[in-house]
Amino acid sequence: MGELRLMKGNEAVAEAAIRAGCDGYFGYPITPQSEVMEYLMAEKPFERTGMVVLQAESEVASINMLYGAAGTGKKVMTSSSSPGISLMQEGISYMAGSELPAVIVNVVRGGPGLGTIQPSQADYFQAVKGGGHGDYKLIVLAPASVQEMCDHVKLGFDLAFKYRNPVMILSDGAVGQMMEKVELFDQIARRTDAEVISQCPWAATGKPKDREHIIITSLDLDPAGQERVNLKLQAKYKKIQENEILFEEIQCEDAEYLYVAFGLSARICQKATDLARAKGIRVGLFRPITLFPFPAPQIASVGNRVKGILVVEMNAGQMIEDVKLSVGCNVKIEHYGRFGGIIPSPEEVVRALEQKIIGG
Amino acid sequence: MEELFAKPEIRKPENIVYKKTDLMVDRPLSYCPGCGHGTVHRMLMEVLEEMDIQGNTIGVSPVGCSVLAYDFLNIDMLGAAHGRAPALATAIKRLWPYRFVFTYQGDGDLAAIGTAETIHACNRGENITIIFINNGIYGMTGGQMAPTTLPGMRTSTSPYGRDVQTMGHPLKITELIAHLPGVEYVTRQSVHTPVNARRTKKAIRKAFEIQKEKKGVGFIEVVSNCNSGWKMTPVQANKWMEENMFPFYPLGDIKVDGKLVEKKETVS
Amino acid sequence: MTEEIIIAGFGGQGVLSMGKILAYSGVMQNKEVSWMPSYGPEMRGGTANVTVIISDERISSPSLNTFDSAIILNQQSMDKFEKTVKPGGLLIYDPNGITRHPVRKDINIYSIEAADEASKLGLSKVFNMIVLGGFLKLKPLVASEFLHKGLLKSLPARHHALIPENEKAVEIGKNLLKPVQVL
Ligand SMILES: Cc1ncc(C[n+]2csc(CCOP(=O)(O)OP(=O)(O)O)c2C)c(N)n1
Ligand code: SF4
Ligand SMILES: [Mg+2]
Repeated sequence: MGELRLMKGNEAVAEAAIRAGCDGYFGYPITPQSEVMEYLMAEKPFERTGMVVLQAESEVASINMLYGAAGTGKKVMTSSSSPGISLMQEGISYMAGSELPAVIVNVVRGGPGLGTIQPSQADYFQAVKGGGHGDYKLIVLAPASVQEMCDHVKLGFDLAFKYRNPVMILSDGAVGQMMEKVELFDQIARRTDAEVISQCPWAATGKPKDREHIIITSLDLDPAGQERVNLKLQAKYKKIQENEILFEEIQCEDAEYLYVAFGLSARICQKATDLARAKGIRVGLFRPITLFPFPAPQIASVGNRVKGILVVEMNAGQMIEDVKLSVGCNVKIEHYGRFGGIIPSPEEVVRALEQKIIGG
Repeated sequence: MEELFAKPEIRKPENIVYKKTDLMVDRPLSYCPGCGHGTVHRMLMEVLEEMDIQGNTIGVSPVGCSVLAYDFLNIDMLGAAHGRAPALATAIKRLWPYRFVFTYQGDGDLAAIGTAETIHACNRGENITIIFINNGIYGMTGGQMAPTTLPGMRTSTSPYGRDVQTMGHPLKITELIAHLPGVEYVTRQSVHTPVNARRTKKAIRKAFEIQKEKKGVGFIEVVSNCNSGWKMTPVQANKWMEENMFPFYPLGDIKVDGKLVEKKETVS
Repeated sequence: MTEEIIIAGFGGQGVLSMGKILAYSGVMQNKEVSWMPSYGPEMRGGTANVTVIISDERISSPSLNTFDSAIILNQQSMDKFEKTVKPGGLLIYDPNGITRHPVRKDINIYSIEAADEASKLGLSKVFNMIVLGGFLKLKPLVASEFLHKGLLKSLPARHHALIPENEKAVEIGKNLLKPVQVL
């Protein structure tokens, strides 16, 4: 068993980055995720593993630092919250276009604009549908616990390097700020420069005499060439869709009704499921863990068995579009959302099921 | 003091010797007790009152503790995204050239995320006033290192003190922009004593006069305290500021009438 | 077993750290725990609260509207949280500064004069641990050996010398409870 600690989600992200053998972290303070960099600075990973930690002058700078470092094959991470992630979009698009691996953590807060610092899930579209320009996809992980905040950093780096694609961990202010028991994985050694060079032959690590020079770019002025780039990306996304789906089903076997929710909302729905079952309502919970790739076939197989589905999100109805695309039209699908930093209570989620699905 | 409150009968118009300007909205400030932001707000509004330009001024507030400045300053204002206030002010002034336009920004806002906007607005010589509150820290987000944090100073992202080898040196952005030809007037002041607050007010007045004459940027840095971020009482913070901030950020005029001041006057 | 607790009071009363020590002690006893604070400007207003859940099973929602136990340390929190205690649940409060006392008859109410006792004994720094002691007397969720381990883990090493004082405060708290009858 690994080391047990009580940690905030943000701290778990930071500790997991060190243990995952991350080479560099670049960030800019923003609530509710500032603890990531604060933890790293206090922990001195530069002494523990040689990991670099740098406070950048802005999120524009952080993401471009990430772009540069990732282009040299290094394992790098940034974290921010909604307004900062919005600023990063151009850089994220460049990284997706140049097929660079990196982990980007978004501890979402309520928007739009400066919004609020309280938790929200209103950045689903931005994360899953491509917040920047061009046809690209991020692999998007949705942790619902502090344990997953930790584990998804490791998983995120694995997927990022497996597919040479940026990975976004889409969390929220509550999961970032709350403390839970975490079992930490053991330290993974940072790769040596020689290992980086041999494991990442695509990376700009310095040209030896006997190989072609490497160019990290997303530019191809020839439309035919750029179309080939796009086709290659789409083929990669298809492969990710086929192989990397993660989800969880809770009390779905005998369910007549279904909650679909990710992240914090799923935790609330899990409680709501218990409360509803105590009232005799047979409801289950489907929790997508990967938001891209979206578990469409898996939702369909549960969803098409039930009488109705309530999608619960801390937004005005974003993931519900993907649920609707997954499940046949003859199942009733409704949305229940709270916005602007309000966390719905388990009781109100039960009421919403009764009113919108069972009664309605 | 307590006695004063105990005698409401002395609160008569004829006894008033000092009063908050009506250009300040009558509501409690959201700043921590002892914070310099509130004093600078008042100096600024007193200038607008004396120049009688309340209706002729558009302000831009930043993201930082003073994000809510628009709740306290009784003039039309816009809240910018973090660091972008000079860009907003540029466009506002270009489209409303006969209005007075100012930005009010913290050090993180002006000298980190917004460095590009700051330098280019100054370099273009926009006819705006920039009021820059340098408290050496990110107050709003809970005390992280700012571009202006002093060497060795502890913050939540420099918990062992700012190590200039890895975290960079404090940025004297005020001296930097003073070298730009578009900048007419640059000064560094404080508001921790009545004398200093009056000097700050004079400087703000001068900057607004320059705007009237379309001479370019007037830039006022106010070295200020952040008791909460520095984890000190207001009195300790002011003392610490005098002993540590002022030697690094000396007070006085840096550029006057478009010319760099040779010998800096260092007063505290 | 699952115990859902709200701890609420002023920022300086050690509300969050009391919750953290309780939660960390739970971790040391190999329980599932969650600790969910109010954060941000809400706290600048002076009030702070934290939801702590200790359970033998995987914890579902970390954010709750109703609680098995409420530990209440100021008036605003009394106004906000008395009504959130489940029928049959527990409410412990320090009457210091409370002007509107609890009125519910369907819950168990205890007062604990921790602030008075702390200042009498010069233990103001560990006021929160006196309150925690009272709570643990009524709800022995963690054994004292695990509380000790929890203290070791949640206090920074430079404060470890203060652990005996913290433990003493817990013991004092256990003997300060007074049942409150709502008539
Ligand atoms: C794009 C973006 N990144 C980060 C933040 C978070 N943030 C809010 S205020 C602030 C720094 C404020 O510091 P400063 O400008 O020095 O003002 P002070 O609070 O010290 O007056 C930061 C980083 C944000 N709101 N938007
Ligand atoms: S945190 Fe600092 S800058 Fe902000 S209001 Fe308080 S003292 Fe002023
Ligand atoms: Mg500042």
